[in-house]
Amino acid sequence: MNRRTELKVSAIRNGTVIDHIPAEVVYHVFGILNLDQTANQVYLGTNLDSKKLGKKGIIKISGKYFKDKEISKVALVAPNATLIEIKDYEVTKKENIHLPESVSTIVKCINPKCVTNNQNVPTSFTVTKDHKGNMKLFCKYCEKAMSQANLEFL
Amino acid sequence: MSKLKGRSLVSITDYSKDDILKILDIAEEFEQNQRQDILRGHVIASLFFEPSTRTRLSFESAVQYLGGSIIGFASPDVSSVTKGESLKDTILTVSNYSDLIVMRNPLDGSARYASEVSPVPILNAGDGANQHPTQCLLDLYSIRKTQGSLDNIHIAMIGDLKYGRTVHSLVQALSLFGATFHFVSPDSLKMPSSVKTVVKNAGLEYHQYTDLTEVIPIADILYMTRIQGERFPDPLEYEKVKNAYILSNDMLDDSKETMKVLHPLPRVNEITEDVDDNPKAYYFQQAKNGIYIRQALIAAILGLK
Ligand SMILES: [Zn+2]
Repeated sequence: MNRRTELKVSAIRNGTVIDHIPAEVVYHVFGILNLDQTANQVYLGTNLDSKKLGKKGIIKISGKYFKDKEISKVALVAPNATLIEIKDYEVTKKENIHLPESVSTIVKCINPKCVTNNQNVPTSFTVTKDHKGNMKLFCKYCEKAMSQANLEFL
Repeated sequence: MSKLKGRSLVSITDYSKDDILKILDIAEEFEQNQRQDILRGHVIASLFFEPSTRTRLSFESAVQYLGGSIIGFASPDVSSVTKGESLKDTILTVSNYSDLIVMRNPLDGSARYASEVSPVPILNAGDGANQHPTQCLLDLYSIRKTQGSLDNIHIAMIGDLKYGRTVHSLVQALSLFGATFHFVSPDSLKMPSSVKTVVKNAGLEYHQYTDLTEVIPIADILYMTRIQGERFPDPLEYEKVKNAYILSNDMLDDSKETMKVLHPLPRVNEITEDVDDNPKAYYFQQAKNGIYIRQALIAAILGLK
């Protein structure tokens, strides 16, 4: 990490930074983490230059840490995102965000005839990778598979 | 008493190899001795949220041969469903009056959901385009009965392999037993890669063909399915392939002596009627086997076998 990045990241005293989000999904990540409902200070940057991603986004949430289960949902849209935790201006944790084993309620099933799209039934998926390493979501109910391109958030 | 007692059956993958064999064994017992008064005092609910006369009659006759009673409806227009009652409420209400619920519903995944909310076991009689496990079990029963065993058979599946749920379930189930698969279809209706992955992961072989005549001499089972015109985006393409997947009696000349022709029925024109009198035609007996399978499932799930 060069000095300038470090300064940017350290700009919050305590909290969480999510870096390396593809610019086009920054608002998805915002929604997945329910940041529209938090009282904490949130900084959102987007269309920043990135060697890896071209244009990237970054989100910083002051005074808040996330459970693994919450943060893993971010990997559904941003599989290469980085999670950074800051305590007293120091980076105390920095890691790639891993895919969750299952996802409930946040994603819609692609199948219009699925019971989850026709009755008051919360969605539920298991997350796997196919032989090419692409993420697949299997609906627990209709047993259809969805790829990342088909994800629609509720 | 088996491990099947009290368990819903939604998808064939809910059953292990042992569970499947157990059901086939019980079904065989019912074929020998169909009328057994073991369901006396039991009530089975039969909820058909879409009409399917064939499947419903098979279930209802299975219950009656066992001396049980049936409540329910044959189509949603005679039920509270038309008044907008949720599936959950219907299931919870009916579970108060019955020991087991047989359900047919046009929504994919409705059976899994019903099994989660229901205090009594659910037996899935078809949930939309998703699963129809009693069809799969009667197919397995028919294969074992005609070939002596489920192990290492050569099965050819012909027709719409892309959308046909019966062939997908059958591939999954037979993969537990070590079959070799021969998939015959037009290019646009090939077996999906997710199903082929099941075969590969089981360490088994599959072969793909577009010409039906190639598989006839090697198959132990010819599993025919319907090709529906509406599956083709281009009607011209349908016209080109529709006659390529029709089985007629003269084509069976070089087939194995023990080979049998199966079809989930109803057929349209994919098997010509001159095949019906050939001893290799097994599709009507196959449908009859459905009653023994349904008797076996009801008896096993209620802990009576
Ligand atoms: Zn679904």
